Amino acid sequence: MIKAILIFNNHGKPRLIRFYQYFAEDMQQQIIRETFHLVSKRDDNVCNFLEGGSLIGGSDYKLIYRHYATLYFVFCVDSSESELGILDLIQVFVETLDKCFENVCELDLIFHMDKVHYILQEVVMGGMVLETNMNEIVAQVELQNRMEKSEGGLSGAPARAVSAVKNMNLPEIPRNINIGDINIKVPSLSPF
Amino acid sequence: MALKIVKGSIDRMFDKNLQDLVRGIRNHKEDEAKYISTCIDEIKQELKQDNIAVKANAVCKLTYLQMLGYDVSWAAFNIVEVMSSSKFTFKRIGYLAASQCFHEGTDVIMLTTNQIRKDLSSPNQYDTGVALTGLSCFVTPDLARDLANDIMTLMSHTKPYIRKKAVLIMYKVFLKYPESLRPAFPRLKEKLEDPDPGVQSAAVNVICELARRNPKNYLSLAPLFFKLMTSSTNNWVLIKIIKLFGALTPLEPRLGKKLIEPLTNLIHSTSAMSLLYECVNTVIAVLISLSSGMPNHSASIQLCVQKLRILIEDSDQNLKYLGLLAMSKILKTHPKSVQSHKDLILQCLDDKDESIRLRALDLLYGMVSKKNLMEIVKKLMLHVDKAEGTTYRDELLTKIIDICSQSNYQYITNFEWYISILVELTRLEGTRHGHLIASQMLDVAIRVKAIRGFAVAQMATLLDNAHLLTGNTQRNGICEVLYAAAWICGEFSEHLEDPMQTLEAMLRPKVATLPGHIQAVYVQNAAKLFATVLQKHEGETDSQAAQETSQLLIDRLPLFVQSANLEVQERASCILQLVKYIQKLQQKNVEVAEEVTALFAGELNPVAPKAQKKVPIPEGLDLDAWINEPPSESESEDEKPKAVFAKEEPKHYRSRNTEVDEKELARRREVRKQEQANNPFYIKASPSSQKVYDAPGVEHIPVVQIDLSVPLKVPGMPMSDQYLKLEEERQQKEKAERKKKEKKKKREKRGKGRKADSGPESEEDITPAQHVDIVTEEMPENALPSDDDDKDPNDPHRALDIDLDNLLSGFSSRPLADSEKLPVRTHRPEVLKSPAEDRVSESVPPETKKKSSKEKKEKKKDKEKDRKRSKEEKKKKKKHKEVEEELLESQPEEPVQSEETKEAAAPPTSTSAEASDLDFWLSSAPVPPAAQEVTVPSSAVETSSAAVPESEPDEPKDTEPEDTKSSKHKKKKQKKEKEEKEKKKKKRHHHHHHHGEAGGEDSVQNGTVEEEEPLPPMSNYSVLAENSFIKMVYDIQGNHQDESKVVVSIIFENKSDSFLKSMEFNVLDSLNSKLQRPEGAGPHDGLTVPFQLPPGVSNEARFVFSVQSIVMPQKLKGTLTFIVKSDESSTHEKLDFKLHFTCTSYLITTPCYSDAYAKLLESGDLKGSSLRLEGINMPFHHLLARICFHHHFSVVERIDSCASMYSRSIQGHHVCLLVKTSDQTVSIDAKCDEPSLLGNVLDELKQTFSKC
Repeated sequence: MIKAILIFNNHGKPRLIRFYQYFAEDMQQQIIRETFHLVSKRDDNVCNFLEGGSLIGGSDYKLIYRHYATLYFVFCVDSSESELGILDLIQVFVETLDKCFENVCELDLIFHMDKVHYILQEVVMGGMVLETNMNEIVAQVELQNRMEKSEGGLSGAPARAVSAVKNMNLPEIPRNINIGDINIKVPSLSPF
Repeated sequence: MALKIVKGSIDRMFDKNLQDLVRGIRNHKEDEAKYISTCIDEIKQELKQDNIAVKANAVCKLTYLQMLGYDVSWAAFNIVEVMSSSKFTFKRIGYLAASQCFHEGTDVIMLTTNQIRKDLSSPNQYDTGVALTGLSCFVTPDLARDLANDIMTLMSHTKPYIRKKAVLIMYKVFLKYPESLRPAFPRLKEKLEDPDPGVQSAAVNVICELARRNPKNYLSLAPLFFKLMTSSTNNWVLIKIIKLFGALTPLEPRLGKKLIEPLTNLIHSTSAMSLLYECVNTVIAVLISLSSGMPNHSASIQLCVQKLRILIEDSDQNLKYLGLLAMSKILKTHPKSVQSHKDLILQCLDDKDESIRLRALDLLYGMVSKKNLMEIVKKLMLHVDKAEGTTYRDELLTKIIDICSQSNYQYITNFEWYISILVELTRLEGTRHGHLIASQMLDVAIRVKAIRGFAVAQMATLLDNAHLLTGNTQRNGICEVLYAAAWICGEFSEHLEDPMQTLEAMLRPKVATLPGHIQAVYVQNAAKLFATVLQKHEGETDSQAAQETSQLLIDRLPLFVQSANLEVQERASCILQLVKYIQKLQQKNVEVAEEVTALFAGELNPVAPKAQKKVPIPEGLDLDAWINEPPSESESEDEKPKAVFAKEEPKHYRSRNTEVDEKELARRREVRKQEQANNPFYIKASPSSQKVYDAPGVEHIPVVQIDLSVPLKVPGMPMSDQYLKLEEERQQKEKAERKKKEKKKKREKRGKGRKADSGPESEEDITPAQHVDIVTEEMPENALPSDDDDKDPNDPHRALDIDLDNLLSGFSSRPLADSEKLPVRTHRPEVLKSPAEDRVSESVPPETKKKSSKEKKEKKKDKEKDRKRSKEEKKKKKKHKEVEEELLESQPEEPVQSEETKEAAAPPTSTSAEASDLDFWLSSAPVPPAAQEVTVPSSAVETSSAAVPESEPDEPKDTEPEDTKSSKHKKKKQKKEKEEKEKKKKKRHHHHHHHGEAGGEDSVQNGTVEEEEPLPPMSNYSVLAENSFIKMVYDIQGNHQDESKVVVSIIFENKSDSFLKSMEFNVLDSLNSKLQRPEGAGPHDGLTVPFQLPPGVSNEARFVFSVQSIVMPQKLKGTLTFIVKSDESSTHEKLDFKLHFTCTSYLITTPCYSDAYAKLLESGDLKGSSLRLEGINMPFHHLLARICFHHHFSVVERIDSCASMYSRSIQGHHVCLLVKTSDQTVSIDAKCDEPSLLGNVLDELKQTFSKC
């Protein structure tokens, strides 16, 4: 069983969290912090397994993670999962993201957390691996996106048209552009 | 209305969407919290609008905020609203939000049941998919119970996408609602052979998860998994299966033998490292399990270890890690083979990667010997100094202690060294394991008598330097060791060099800053020291010094009397008064030392950790029973005292509650454990495997002789390194001496002798520095052996330990009882009802009925489509038919478990083949006879008698004569099985048309109705008595062990809504049959039923009867008396019944082999009788199944419409039947060595069949 899937960046900012067991929000944040603390201090050339210990679950659980450019993908699993298998799964998941977002970068995850969730839902369900075939995952995700489009999407055309207008009135807009460009490095999750 | 919509969409223009929110948050880095709180206000406004799109947008944003740690549970209701939107876009958002923030405590979850059900049956597969995904995250026991049936239906959905999701979610359903496992399992098993690889993988996944916790129940699936393993190419599936086999092999060594070959093939053929690693892992598990049953697999183990060495030496850190991990598995059973790689493992201790170091540490545990312990620990101590993070350092600390204390300090040759190590460890700052060190100190000081002198000296130094330990931080965990130090110094104060100095150290004002429980020990032990000092001074007749000592205590103790800690305060004031009194006596020149010392006389012995638990409960002690009846509610209400200051916690009234809060109990237990751990009188022993239970008296404990080559006192803080050098010197000296002695001998047999010497040093070579005596822990005299106390009662998987073999094999097994059906859709289930009751009170409301009939129509359409297609594809047809069958089953009117019961009632001859399939499959390999017992599934008592023939392991082939011929041709047999299965499928399918017809919905499709009809669910339980309060059903079973006893199992079901208690069961004994009563009870006393029944609950009790003659059926009159307790009143009720002991109930299902059967008939000892039954229109195999089930017979042989059957009575009478059928007439020729018994059995047989 997979107990939790966490994605955060090099600074520990969560980009996606998915717990398959209930934790209160503050506990979730604490787990993210501690996991980040554990993972971030490890070199890139050490092994990808970590004993989470008291963090979640106890001694039967392991943290299995991969580090891509600016993002950490951390899976917390118990001993029924194969360690190397989960590493492969993370790779499959990231490659799927890459296909769905076309050269995925951290920004995609930041602004489309919901979509990343929908993709993840096709890979892991309720803590168990649902599908490992990338083509199948992508096909299902796309079919659902198409359905959403046929329904007009969430925001709908009129709102989108107006959003440009409404942005013009906002005083923050110049700041918005500047800070956005300086602070956000656009990383490519390179080695695929 | 139109205006409203327009207004809504204008509002929407100014709403932020998720992207806007994210952007906004990124732009307000300085005042993020403030910005978000305004956003939340906006969201709240948006949620108030009617427009569902606005709401969905708001919920989407909330999901994002939840990730950032904001509690969004206040919007739970809005999330439900969005979930129930008809648009997929919104629904998906709703379910996503729900899956992120709903949990069992979310109260709106119960509103979702019908919505989810609707979505599950939606024609759009993605609606269903989204609902399944969401549900998998927040399923609750209620949802699981209500939706289990719907999900089960989806397991046979036409779309693989839905099937695989439905299969996966079943695991979650099982966890929350274990009752669903048995009814759902056959279908789950079918999915293992689903044509879609995704579905197959999901089913493997679920079964592996289930089997991991309760492997024995899934052993019978091994052949199926084996087939999958050899045929599948999906690595994911393979990994899971191989992992599963790893869990199964310890239960069945024969399985391991079969596995070795395909696994080695896989190792050679696969390129996937993950698969290869799992294969190696399972091979290790196999070898481990084999080695326990068979000699000499050391070569294969060696091979595995070699392979792992290659992994560990690999440059890939991941492989290195996994290699070490697998190595530790071998370590448990084959420590020797791992020990030879000590160099490599010690090398890994220096790895830069913490994970790898930790794994290497684990391995060290098995590496140590008497010789290298000191060396290894020294190395670890170096690491402790270097370690940067506290977690790794703490881990090192626990490992050092583990390694040293393992197997009752087996490897420690010098305890002075160990004490020094412990003292050195106290210098660690900020460790959490102070209590661990403390408990070790206590343990060693108490159990190794010889070391006490040294230990006390060290502890005194520790106390003297306490300021170094307590250091700066208050919360420092290390100060726990002061607890141990103070206690040791006090308890063994006679060893102290200068007790006065220690006493002073213990009474320093700084002590008051220590935690309360430590202060308490300080105070108590100061008193002990005081006694010692007094005695010393009086011995020297130095009354001046003695009085000074008293004065010191009188001066210092008031500090503790003021302590905020109650314990400290109490002890201090007691002792203060005592000392004051002593001072008075001293001033009168009275000698008091002896009396004061007497206060602390006597030695404390260690007590085994589980000793308390193992004290048998004295007879007649019932802690649950009321001593005095609790006052009724109204009374206590009146007496409730008025709160004086504030509301008092209603703790005093807790006893009123019949069920004390579980949590509270657990908390109390925890507190008690904590207390015990901290209390020196409960001494926790090291986890020792070799306990010697010869509990000697204190006098007999041999006193350790101390080797004088070791200096007794080391001034100041001890350095463990000194011991290392000393030890080396000592060993060298010894060796030299030995060598001198043995030189001559060696010369003589040099050739052989060398080899032994160069190998790992043998333990015998090392003589310990001290003769160590470990005082064993004391156990109560009549301790009960019980080792199952480690299981966690809260583990949800315990509930899933359900015997599934019976279900699978079907033959003479426990069919799904009525109470096991999945509840069919009910309108609004009441929250606290048990599923069994649900069914009773179930009335399908018209609304759902309509819905279901609508669905039926849709399904009918589907079916017709299917049928057209079926002409083209014959194979597919079967599958679709199955689907139909599931669909039909979901109709509320139809019993859900019909399919399962059919399976249970299937012909015995064909299913028995399946039952012993595992044995057969495995028996193609040579079988170690001892191992066979393992295969017998331990089934519940109530099924055991029925399950006997299949679980009889001796010669499985004989029970299935058809298969004996083909026993060597495995493939042939498999084919046969397949055919049988297909046949069954066909039959099932026909049957369903039949049912559809009965429902009046479907026209007759196939023209002919199969003559095979399903049996109704069979149960041996018959009604004993019933009134408006209680219902009793009973079953009587004999037992092999005792020829004069039968067990009557009675299920009591509380039908009222009151509480039933004090049930007393009594029977008027006859000359022949007597109720077994406990010793001391009179012949007319009733037996108390050992439980009480809350409303709607049923429970089973067993009563043993002794019988003398079993040839005649008997009836016994009896009465059940009980108290009905409702809120207002309690009344005494009674219920009369008649227990009917049939002759059948004295029969025990016993398998018999055809040759033994023939001999028996030939012997001529048996007398014959016969019986004809007319107008029996049931299929022959059903007839046989009935005889087997109701009358405890087993089939010996069956040829066409003729079968021979056998059974045995508890007193060893043989009963043989020859059953023939032709044209609705059944003739039974019977033989038995007791004619009257036979006559009665035949009468009962006749009765059984006249009922149907």
